[in-house]
Amino acid sequence: MSPFFESILSQLTQTLLVVVLAPAFLGWLNQCRAWLQNRSGAGVLQPYRVMRKLFHKDAVLAKNASPVFRAAPYVQFSCMVLAASIVPVIETDLAFSPAADVIALVGIFALARVFAALAAMDIGTAFGTMGARREMLVASLSEPALLMVFFTPLLIAQSTSLNAIADALAHRQFAIYPSLAFAAVAFVMVLLAENARIPIDNPSTHLELTMIHEALILEYSARHLALIEWATAIKLTTYCALGIALFVPWGLAQTGEWQMLPVSVLAFAGKLALAGAALAVLETVSAKMRIFRAPEFLGMAFLLAVLGMLTFLLLGA
Amino acid sequence: MSLSAQLINLMAALLLLIAFAMLSQRRILSLIHLYAWQGVVLATNNIVIGYSTGQTHLYYSALLTFALKAILLPWILHRLIVRLNIRWDVETLINIPATMLVGIALVVFAFNLALPISQLAGTITRSTLGIAIAIVLLSFLMMITRRKAVPQVIGFLALENGLFFAATSATYGMPLAVELGIALDVLVGVLILGIFFFQVREAFDSLDLRHMEKLKETDQ
Repeated sequence: MSPFFESILSQLTQTLLVVVLAPAFLGWLNQCRAWLQNRSGAGVLQPYRVMRKLFHKDAVLAKNASPVFRAAPYVQFSCMVLAASIVPVIETDLAFSPAADVIALVGIFALARVFAALAAMDIGTAFGTMGARREMLVASLSEPALLMVFFTPLLIAQSTSLNAIADALAHRQFAIYPSLAFAAVAFVMVLLAENARIPIDNPSTHLELTMIHEALILEYSARHLALIEWATAIKLTTYCALGIALFVPWGLAQTGEWQMLPVSVLAFAGKLALAGAALAVLETVSAKMRIFRAPEFLGMAFLLAVLGMLTFLLLGA
Repeated sequence: MSLSAQLINLMAALLLLIAFAMLSQRRILSLIHLYAWQGVVLATNNIVIGYSTGQTHLYYSALLTFALKAILLPWILHRLIVRLNIRWDVETLINIPATMLVGIALVVFAFNLALPISQLAGTITRSTLGIAIAIVLLSFLMMITRRKAVPQVIGFLALENGLFFAATSATYGMPLAVELGIALDVLVGVLILGIFFFQVREAFDSLDLRHMEKLKETDQ
């Protein structure tokens, strides 16, 4: 097989893996939360059942909905699939990787967010507009922090391509990098904010005073809602995969190492399961913040990311 | 890079993180805990440097640091805030993100300041001098932004920690006699400031230092 087909094949496998497994990851996270709260939980497969139910329903659209409202779920879903295909999860040989680097990745997330906000304002309900405003407030603060987080691994690997970064970090000699630890903590904070998890937003609430993400998608039903929920799951999984690729990349297979694949798939699944459990613990022990505390929280994330970069420049580690 | 150099870098990074945590911490009790942790990290750092350079006097210095800065001073401060009945006090800090940004600017300044010095030095700790200067400046900033007396004193003590760290990173620590003298000074300083707290509260009914501005001489 030619190297080109090999990389296309591995690209398709990885993208499919993330897209198909994303709802299961969300289900696992919810299951862990349920266990921690002493409930029995709905099971890991619950998000699939919800999605199947939604796909079988008839969609209801508001009379004054414009094409933007109809297109937004598809745009969000394709953005997330594209983002998922850039992040190396089991192998660093990806055909898509020259298409977008880490900075473009931030842009892809932003594109999806802009469409979500536009669609929420399109209908003209008070909740949608309020949710869009809040979402943009959080996003305007988390985006610079996310970019700053990327700069530390980027400086270590001397490249902006995610593949090159993951490759350099996974196959280097082991050394203590305090700067990467700073960046990792900042990344977790940004992850919580961008995926509407607990200190910033509660994903399981419909309480009008506090909701951000739920307010954006309040008007959606059936297949549109299913696509958005799926996109949300893919986004969370992609973020976790990104964290794994940048900060704990050991076990990633190198280009052409086909015999390493089972190990790397197992390693990725194990790390993802651990990440889900850790997120559940984090969400259970912390309380939802007031929205006006969000700038402070994300300011801390930005600060930690900048500190990571500065310590790298000074200490070289 | 050798393992000990990596560990020293890790300690330096931890100290910087603690300095920023102090800057943003609202609760007095947590501030004291952070100060104690700073002492623990400083002592560990001294042991690592002592081990990697073979300077035995750093072990005594580490022991002294641990006993004084991780146990004795936090204990005295803790007793003080219990006696003053401000154990659960929360200070209203204005605009933490802005303070943090000023802090980042200070760190950049300190790193630039230390860069030429570290390039000339040949010690294993040369790269941490910038962090030491940054900790000193951040403690200054903490003393400036705080209004209450006890956090200001903790800022002062953190400043001393920063100077101590600067001494270890620039020259592997001061002679033991000097170090003992400084330790005694800090101890006596905290005791005297502790008495001051009671006097200040007696005179102004509060530990808020804004009230002291009334003591200025005016022209009229």
